[in-house]
Amino acid sequence: MAAHRRNWMASIASLAATLALASVPLPDSVAPLRPDWVAVVLLYWSLRAPRHFSLMTAFWMGIALDTLTGALLGQNALALLVVVYLAEKFHLRLRVFPLSQLALTVLVLLGLYEFILFWVDGMAGRTVPLVERWVPPLTGTLVWALLYVLFDRREREAPARL
Amino acid sequence: MSAQGRTGSGFGRSGFSMGARFLLLAIVCVALMLLDRREQHLVRVRQALQVVVYPVRVAVDLPFNAWNSVRDTFAARQRLIEENRQFRRARLETEARLLRLEALESENARLRELLDSTARIGNRALVAEILAVDLDPYHQRFDLNRGLVDGVYVGQALIDAEGVIGQVVRVGPLTSEAVLITDPDHAVPVSVNRNGVRTIAVGTGDRGRLRLRNLTNNADIVVGDVLVSSGLGGVFPAGYPVARVVEVTRRPDQPFAEVIAEPASSLDRDREVLLVWNAPEEAPRAAEVAAVGTNGAGSH
Repeated sequence: MAAHRRNWMASIASLAATLALASVPLPDSVAPLRPDWVAVVLLYWSLRAPRHFSLMTAFWMGIALDTLTGALLGQNALALLVVVYLAEKFHLRLRVFPLSQLALTVLVLLGLYEFILFWVDGMAGRTVPLVERWVPPLTGTLVWALLYVLFDRREREAPARL
Repeated sequence: MSAQGRTGSGFGRSGFSMGARFLLLAIVCVALMLLDRREQHLVRVRQALQVVVYPVRVAVDLPFNAWNSVRDTFAARQRLIEENRQFRRARLETEARLLRLEALESENARLRELLDSTARIGNRALVAEILAVDLDPYHQRFDLNRGLVDGVYVGQALIDAEGVIGQVVRVGPLTSEAVLITDPDHAVPVSVNRNGVRTIAVGTGDRGRLRLRNLTNNADIVVGDVLVSSGLGGVFPAGYPVARVVEVTRRPDQPFAEVIAEPASSLDRDREVLLVWNAPEEAPRAAEVAAVGTNGAGSH
């Protein structure tokens, strides 16, 4: 029980840290490269350990991100929900992919995330740049690949435990 | 990890299948966005959420704040002396100018009384600090450490020593969100200081540029003209510097001239700004908004 609670606390702390990362100020020259941290971290978890965080977590993280960034309430939440839902739904198929294909999938999912944000911005009539928008999915994929290589490789190489 | 996951730990697990839960939450999101689009509906909800994420903001701001205070503590003595000397000189100059201004102000009030026009109320101001939090990268917004508790209201103008910075767009209990004049969705009514030509300065998304709209090709505007807020629209108090014209392109085949101006205040570096209370009719509104907070605004 104590271990379970500690796990829970660690999850909350890591999510809060993710939000902090997403809003830490960067110099103007680097800011456009900032990956969508929340999406990357949630995606990492839903591919590595599906059901560790639920859709509800994605929803609340999205709402928190919307509040922090002053976006339309529900914008990031919707985008995160879609991405996490897809990742969790297809994780069994994705698990057998080699790193390169997995990275490609992550890139597509992050692109989808960005597209939903872009789309909602367009519907709400907010002015958005067209080009810079598509850089974060690329850097996000790199961050994801780094996380994957650092923490998951060994686990995958070990015989499957079912 | 996954074994534990399969037993169903985590947050918000319910009896629905994942697809149903996804659909439900997505519908909630869409409903929220539709409600939020018309700003007023979710003001209270947003204020509550602002309080929830406040720790994150503070945590992000803290290292920057700490770094600044460390830097101040260990600043070289020589530099402090030099700075002090500069400030003293600047203060002398400012005060001399202020003396003249006070005389002018009372003269102005007398003249206005003679003309029987509405007297302008001296603008009330409050110092606010910009929190070191990066918001949406595509919109030039930032957070301030003042909120409802201090009587901040939506549409309040922000200035600094050099000129107009932006305005408040959202107010939380402890923090508020402001937009820079260079945000692509923002526009300031301005007039040319030299001859009173009125125009609108629209943000470009680039912190060093504003675009002036609706200036005909033969409009009297040249590079170097200072633009001040015209006070039209009622958000920005009249007479504060906004920008300086840096580029005028006149093309015969276009109805309007393309005019670019550079903001008067250095929008990047400021950490302290002034919130000003503008028109007299704003005062009751501010008080009303403040009454929602815990303290009220009477103390300023």
